[in-house]
Amino acid sequence: MGPLFPTNIIGEELNLLLAFLIGIGFGFLLEAAGFTNTRKLAGVFYGYDFVVLKVFFSAAITAGIGIYLLSYYGYMDIKEIFYPQTYWIPTLVGGFIMAFGFIIGGFCPGTSICAAATGKIDAIVFVGGALIGIFFYAFTYESLWMNLRESGAMGKVNIAEWLGISQGLFLFLLTVVAAIAFYIVTIIQQRVVLKRNFKL
Amino acid sequence: MDRSKKYMNPYLAGFLIGLFMIAAYFFSGEGLGASGALKTTVVAATDVVAHDYAKEAQFFKRYVSSPDQVPIKTWLIFEVLGVIAGAVLSAAIFGRLGSEIIKPPHISNKTRLIAAASGGLLFGIGSQLGRGCTSGMVMSGMSVLSLSGFIGLIAIFGGGYLIAYFFRKLWI
Repeated sequence: MGPLFPTNIIGEELNLLLAFLIGIGFGFLLEAAGFTNTRKLAGVFYGYDFVVLKVFFSAAITAGIGIYLLSYYGYMDIKEIFYPQTYWIPTLVGGFIMAFGFIIGGFCPGTSICAAATGKIDAIVFVGGALIGIFFYAFTYESLWMNLRESGAMGKVNIAEWLGISQGLFLFLLTVVAAIAFYIVTIIQQRVVLKRNFKL
Repeated sequence: MDRSKKYMNPYLAGFLIGLFMIAAYFFSGEGLGASGALKTTVVAATDVVAHDYAKEAQFFKRYVSSPDQVPIKTWLIFEVLGVIAGAVLSAAIFGRLGSEIIKPPHISNKTRLIAAASGGLLFGIGSQLGRGCTSGMVMSGMSVLSLSGFIGLIAIFGGGYLIAYFFRKLWI
């Protein structure tokens, strides 16, 4: 049955309309959760606001369980959907560069687009910087990045299979770890905010 | 309490984002992304200005080599247009629309803007090398249990905690 567009059940125009509608939901929720405020985002690294961690893991676990069940009961063919291939070296290096981008700039691309749209000038500047960064990458691709980007290729790797456990067990463990993390960070946040008398 | 400081419960927001992620995969076979749309913008702009260069250069040619393909009309572009509309809608409802620079009180506007531009630049480069950003690679990757998403998670957030101390003056 699913996914509906890749299996030709719905047409291209409806697919793009759905993209727009799903985007509205995503953007609305990011804004409503406070992700247009760069100080709330950076808080995850300094202990005064863990909203990023709470939203991020709740979303990933909800989607992970939902997609697993859809696939398990045969409602969605996982082979037809976008499945990021693993290139562990460039993902690790690129991720570390993104960590610097996050700590210094206070946004990631999705949150900066939301914040820029709502008028935050620092976010508009961040989006501008990101576009320049992509231009720089594109024009130096052959000389600087191409070999690194293709290194460490592992193909499509499922983390549960890679660890040698079932997907259901992996999702269960991930949920338990997240629940413990939610409990601990809530305590940390209370202490940090009290100690520094922190106001956003 | 000021209405603009009211935020949705983070677990509810996360749960609902998860449902939209499931919808994106179920209807379109796509994850939720952001940096991919910025890349498409860069590719399309370069193609308009310098088509002959774009169709030969290694980075661009896989997107612009076939003449009938309009690189701008992609799923991610429409999704990000929706993200913009959704963010404006929420900000309007909660009274958070308006031009301002958000920063800790001890940081000057100039410092904040230079940091934002530099961070954006690094995120732009990193997202291309890493095949996507926090949404398109990590959150979407985690949703389908791709190893790549979890490596990205550790690199971005683990990396962030490793270096946070050195940049603390920007935030606390």
